[in-house]
Amino acid sequence: MWTWFYRLASPPFVYRTAGTLTPWFMAAAAVAIGYGTIAGLLFAPPDYQQGDAFRIIYVHAPSAWLSLFAYTTLAVAGAIGLIWRIKMGHAVSAATAPIGASFTLAALLTGSLWGRPMWGTYWAWDPRLTSELILLFLYVGVMSLRAAFDDPGRGDRAAALLGIVGVVNVPIIHYSVVWWNSLHQGATVAKIGKPAMPGSMLWPLLAMFLGFMCFYGAVLCMRLRGEVLNRERQSAWVREAIQS
Amino acid sequence: MNTAEGLGVEAVHVWRGERHVLKGVTLAIRPREALHVSGRNGSGKTTLLKVACGLLRPEQGHVTWLGRSISDVRSEYQHALAYASHEPALKADLTALENLRFMVGLKYRSNGAELIGCLERTGVARCADLPVRVLSAGQRRRVAMARVLGMRAPLWLLDEPFTNLDAGGSEIFAALIAEHVSGGGMAVVVAHHELVLPTAARRLELPG
Amino acid sequence: MSATRAMILVVARELRLSFRRPDQLLQPLVFFLIVTTLFPLGLNLQLSLLKDMAPGVLWTAALLSSLLSLESLFKGDADDGTLEQLVLSGHSLTVIVIAKTAAHWLLSGAALVLASPLVAIALGIPVAAFGTMFASLVLGTMTLSWLGSIGAALTVGLKRGNVLLSLIVLPLAMPMLIFGAGATDRAISGMSPAGALYFLGSLCLFTCTLAPFAASAALRITLE
Repeated sequence: MWTWFYRLASPPFVYRTAGTLTPWFMAAAAVAIGYGTIAGLLFAPPDYQQGDAFRIIYVHAPSAWLSLFAYTTLAVAGAIGLIWRIKMGHAVSAATAPIGASFTLAALLTGSLWGRPMWGTYWAWDPRLTSELILLFLYVGVMSLRAAFDDPGRGDRAAALLGIVGVVNVPIIHYSVVWWNSLHQGATVAKIGKPAMPGSMLWPLLAMFLGFMCFYGAVLCMRLRGEVLNRERQSAWVREAIQS
Repeated sequence: MNTAEGLGVEAVHVWRGERHVLKGVTLAIRPREALHVSGRNGSGKTTLLKVACGLLRPEQGHVTWLGRSISDVRSEYQHALAYASHEPALKADLTALENLRFMVGLKYRSNGAELIGCLERTGVARCADLPVRVLSAGQRRRVAMARVLGMRAPLWLLDEPFTNLDAGGSEIFAALIAEHVSGGGMAVVVAHHELVLPTAARRLELPG
Repeated sequence: MSATRAMILVVARELRLSFRRPDQLLQPLVFFLIVTTLFPLGLNLQLSLLKDMAPGVLWTAALLSSLLSLESLFKGDADDGTLEQLVLSGHSLTVIVIAKTAAHWLLSGAALVLASPLVAIALGIPVAAFGTMFASLVLGTMTLSWLGSIGAALTVGLKRGNVLLSLIVLPLAMPMLIFGAGATDRAISGMSPAGALYFLGSLCLFTCTLAPFAASAALRITLE
């Protein structure tokens, strides 16, 4: 069993596995997102309260979920790299950071677009969007810290520590923003929540969640291959892999 | 190689970014031995000392003290060593004596008279109550050496201790190292040039 | 040589060093007052309206001026080489970090709390709310010192590390800002601030128990 674990830490193995997994993830993502988009846009009935505007949930909710999932992945992979000194952990952490940040931006943009018909304004300091914004700051912090070090090893370890500190704080930040919002907003403000969901609305949403996860997996594998090549560029197997 | 009596560094590899700074360095020090580490700029002399102190973890290889890995006996090892880095490691706003009181005081209940004695031995007793800010580079180096004396540590790890010293200072330092070694201590001294060390001193040349 | 005695020695050294440079001691305090002045100038409000914004203004100013002094938590020692000596002192680095952070709070956070009545009066906070304000500021500045020690340890030795330090610490400090200003706000409106203060207290406890370990781990990483 330990040999399997050690193989997981070997760069050539990670490189090859990520390469084989990518097309599978992409195919699954295409199917799931395809179904979800078509069913969500065409076949799900309009919400009685929000009309057709609610449909943006099919992009907004998976993006938000993935932004959190990616940050957790970043923190866990960084912790593996920090505690067990497995360099591939740092590679995964570095690869996932920009992807997660992009999902956070997507969640913010779609949330803002959704807010326009709801609140009449593009930004109203809604608790969920405010938490997403702070999450974006956390991502930027981790990425900037990694980039600030001349020695990439130290940069990886410092970013890993910050990722762990951040992931512990995410629930605290979320709860405090919800509390803050409850002080200042009346009950009349419509929240970007999930409306009551009949099956025809729910299944496309679940499909989109799955599709986004697969898409994340595919993009992560692609970026991971690039990270591994960059980090191991001095070693012999990389030279062979490039030439072949 | 018998490392059970002192410091052992075995097959240590260190990479700084892309540079392979230390390539499988091995050394051992026993009591009454002094090791002179030399090499060109960038050959890894300071890195080697930091690895020996435990400040830097090598990618491969390990460091032992009295036969046991230094990560297992961290506190005891740190009590047994006195490290003098390239900078004198003194707070500029405190006086020489205050600096010594603090650093030595973390290890032992220090005696002011004893610390002034250390300052006398390195020739800067009159600087005891002067803030380090007003001292010259050579005087600061002497105060740093007084700190090493005050630590009462068997192992001395000194990085370029002769920097900024005049001829008189160099002689005093060489005599102090010799006295320490012949009294049962150990010393690893990093220095560029030819040193006046005890004749029994071994030499480790690091390839650049 | 016990850990307590080592902590006392470190705190004493920090205090002695700071009092030798009294100008550096006062600068964050003056910054606090200046930032507070910016808000009424920029917003051009009457005192009665300013009162509604007062907790937020007070807290933002306190946050920003605490950040200023955080940069020097480890930087001075790292620059002159004494940080390495502290790591090699034979004491757990966590103990040393606790002592340095405690000293830092005494010199910056405590000073802010003492100066806060001036600012509170200038912003129109009623005296009845002062008790809550003090409590929230004490808890909040402590939390910020601990949180900031992690950021300071991660960015020690980096070029323009102070900008990165703010970038890292401010998002993590937002809950503290929310509850601290929220508690003061509730006290001003006559409602009970207890809930917010309890949460602030638990946040402070949580941070001060875990942050020293994270900060000492961060120092080991940056010293390598």
